[in-house]
Amino acid sequence: MDFGSINPVLLIASLMVASTPILLAAIGELVVERSGVLNLGVEGMMIVGAVTGFIVTVETQSPALGFIAGALGATLLSLVFGVLTQVFLSNQVATGLGLTLFGLGISALMGQEYAQLRTPTSPRWEFFGLDELPVIGPIAFNQHPLVYLSLILVIFVWWFLKTTRSGMILRAVGENHDAAHALGYSVIGTRFAAIAFGGACAGLGGAFLSLVIVPQWTDGMTAGRGWIALAIVVFASWKAGRVLLGAYLFGGISVLQLNLQAAGIAIPVELLSMSPYLITILVLVIISSGRASASGQAPASLGRAFHASG
Amino acid sequence: MTTPLLQVEGLTKAYPGVIANDDVGFSIGKGTVHALLGENGAGKSTLVKMVYGLVRSDQGEMRFDGEVFSPASPHEARSTGIAMVFQHFSLFDALDVAENVALGMEDPPPMRTLARQIQDVSESYGLPLNPDRLVGDLSAGERQRVEIIRCLLQDPKLLIMDEPTSVLTPQEVEILFQTLRKLQSEGTSILYISHKLEEIRTLCDAATILRLGKVVGSADPKVTSARDLAAMMVGEELKVPAARDHSLGDVALRVDGLSVASPGAFGTSLKEISLELRKGEVLGVGGVAGNGQDELLGVLSGEIKSPAAAILLDEKPVGQLGPVERRALGLLAAPEERLGHAAAPDMSLSENAALSGWLRKGMVNRNIVDWKKARNFASEVISTFDVRTPGTEVPARALSGGNLQKFVVGREILQSPEVLVVNQPTWGVDASAAAAIRQALLDLAAAGAAVLVISQDLDELMEISTTFAALNEGRLSKVRPAQGLTIDEIGMMMGGAHGMEVAS
Repeated sequence: MDFGSINPVLLIASLMVASTPILLAAIGELVVERSGVLNLGVEGMMIVGAVTGFIVTVETQSPALGFIAGALGATLLSLVFGVLTQVFLSNQVATGLGLTLFGLGISALMGQEYAQLRTPTSPRWEFFGLDELPVIGPIAFNQHPLVYLSLILVIFVWWFLKTTRSGMILRAVGENHDAAHALGYSVIGTRFAAIAFGGACAGLGGAFLSLVIVPQWTDGMTAGRGWIALAIVVFASWKAGRVLLGAYLFGGISVLQLNLQAAGIAIPVELLSMSPYLITILVLVIISSGRASASGQAPASLGRAFHASG
Repeated sequence: MTTPLLQVEGLTKAYPGVIANDDVGFSIGKGTVHALLGENGAGKSTLVKMVYGLVRSDQGEMRFDGEVFSPASPHEARSTGIAMVFQHFSLFDALDVAENVALGMEDPPPMRTLARQIQDVSESYGLPLNPDRLVGDLSAGERQRVEIIRCLLQDPKLLIMDEPTSVLTPQEVEILFQTLRKLQSEGTSILYISHKLEEIRTLCDAATILRLGKVVGSADPKVTSARDLAAMMVGEELKVPAARDHSLGDVALRVDGLSVASPGAFGTSLKEISLELRKGEVLGVGGVAGNGQDELLGVLSGEIKSPAAAILLDEKPVGQLGPVERRALGLLAAPEERLGHAAAPDMSLSENAALSGWLRKGMVNRNIVDWKKARNFASEVISTFDVRTPGTEVPARALSGGNLQKFVVGREILQSPEVLVVNQPTWGVDASAAAAIRQALLDLAAAGAAVLVISQDLDELMEISTTFAALNEGRLSKVRPAQGLTIDEIGMMMGGAHGMEVAS
């Protein structure tokens, strides 16, 4: 097959990088939604993660500290959401939207001084020369540590939800919070933990964007990735494996269409630019359609406020 | 006498505006079945929630096996040896049986061991159950088995059962009782909550009767008559609705070979339903919950569309018409779910009255709602059906379940329907109000309307029905005259015991 000027090995290697922010945000949101909470503030948490990560890296010259700060900053924001929705029982949809708007605003404010700066690059891992191997070298053994971390997180979340008791309680809370409460499990505590995890993941994804992919700070640089992460969670039927598929599909087509544009293919640029969104959603819709089985459905308590009575 | 297993003294619990339990005391002996009897709202649930650690009491003391006992959480109650089978709210549809069981245990073994234990226990108690199935796919009887097995695996000293038979066929009830007697013979005490008197008389050794949060008496149900127990429970003599003799008219509603798929993933599709409903007839449709009741109501009310000729109202095809058009033709329906289906929770009673009655009561003129008429209609429902509410402008969710039920059923009855379909008309309503609703349904039929009552309360159906049929897995049995049906025949119509075996 002739790929023209496009090198498939580099394409795969770079799609993994491009997909990582969305994958991180989506796997976090998956846990949040499995606990029955709909947090539409993913975009806001990502961009706050991006800006705090960037600022701390510039100030300390340490990307590692930057990633930690990005995760913490977004976690803090997610806890605001947690307090509002879980303690004060505010509407989750409205609060989540507010979180996104707030995040976009405060990140622009915080990042004003940092717009033209650059950060030290964080090194990729090179596995004792394994990265020199043809084909799989650049793909599997020469990536940024966070790419590996994101993949480990997907496996961890899948394992956690499927086999651990805590994961089972989390699913139970998302499925029927009244029953979980009646059996003596802490609905609000479980949901707070899930919301914080979702915040940390979204923050890491945002920091990866501003520290590795771009790497620079610009206002609104998440450019809708948080919304794509949300859509992927839904179309992936709340399954960790499908979230990985959806994120890589989106990242892959984003990278591919850029390459196609550069190669001067005779397809209008506008069509190419919209292709990642169209194709990702189309593929996931096809996967998740069919007669909805019980296991492919939204957590039954998703988005419903819980108030312990009696 | 030896120390009782559970002794409760002076237990009091107040909520803002209500005293749910007032100085309640009773004791349960080891290896006995103790009944807790009372109307809805008598405080039974609050009482057992305190025993199970879900609610803290304001005053009073409990002793378990002689030790002072005040559980702060269900975990503590479970580790003391108390297990509870809930009436609703404690299973997770999207989780499998083993996971559901594990969630109700303090220290569940690894899943594989647990699955084997579930199979062992379910076989030795005659409650077959596959640990890998999703709970959402199970029948009501099977779901209850999940709850019971969850309790049995913890070797409880005290098993609390909250209205366990409300969803079971007569045969399933018999099997449940055998299981409970077997447990009793092994030394387990059972606290059995119900308002079904005959059950309590066959099963229980002692009974405590609650009314309005207070203990009003205790009795030995084996020697006290059901009538006396009821009088203690209600505090007044019950009026039993009298079915009247009146001749049946023409066919008002004809359903012919109706099959529709359920809109929900956990629903039951209707298969080949045929029936004829005459003017003046009350057709009782029995069956265990989840066998197509909601779908039957939906397809008759117009929420679910069907082939036009499958449903004939006065011999006119209406299968493709929506609920509003069917209302215009005189086919009205009151669904089971009060909040969110029959009534909009945050809208006022007069708004809710207008939402259903605007057409037949002429409350809308050129798209303008006549709120005065709506309020008058709401007041009429409130006074006719004795709905306890501060007024017509309170939101529907502020009413207690029983009062709202009276409102939503009364709202349909007062629109003088030609055909009325109701699902669980007296669910969660106290005995005297239930009698009033049943009487109103009978009066409606006597006035020439055709009434279809879907209910899981067989006693209710036997009391008011002229004809009877049962739903089983989406199929409707043959319609038979209600008079002279035996409980065995009804059980057979409801689909037998779903492969349950008698405990050996």
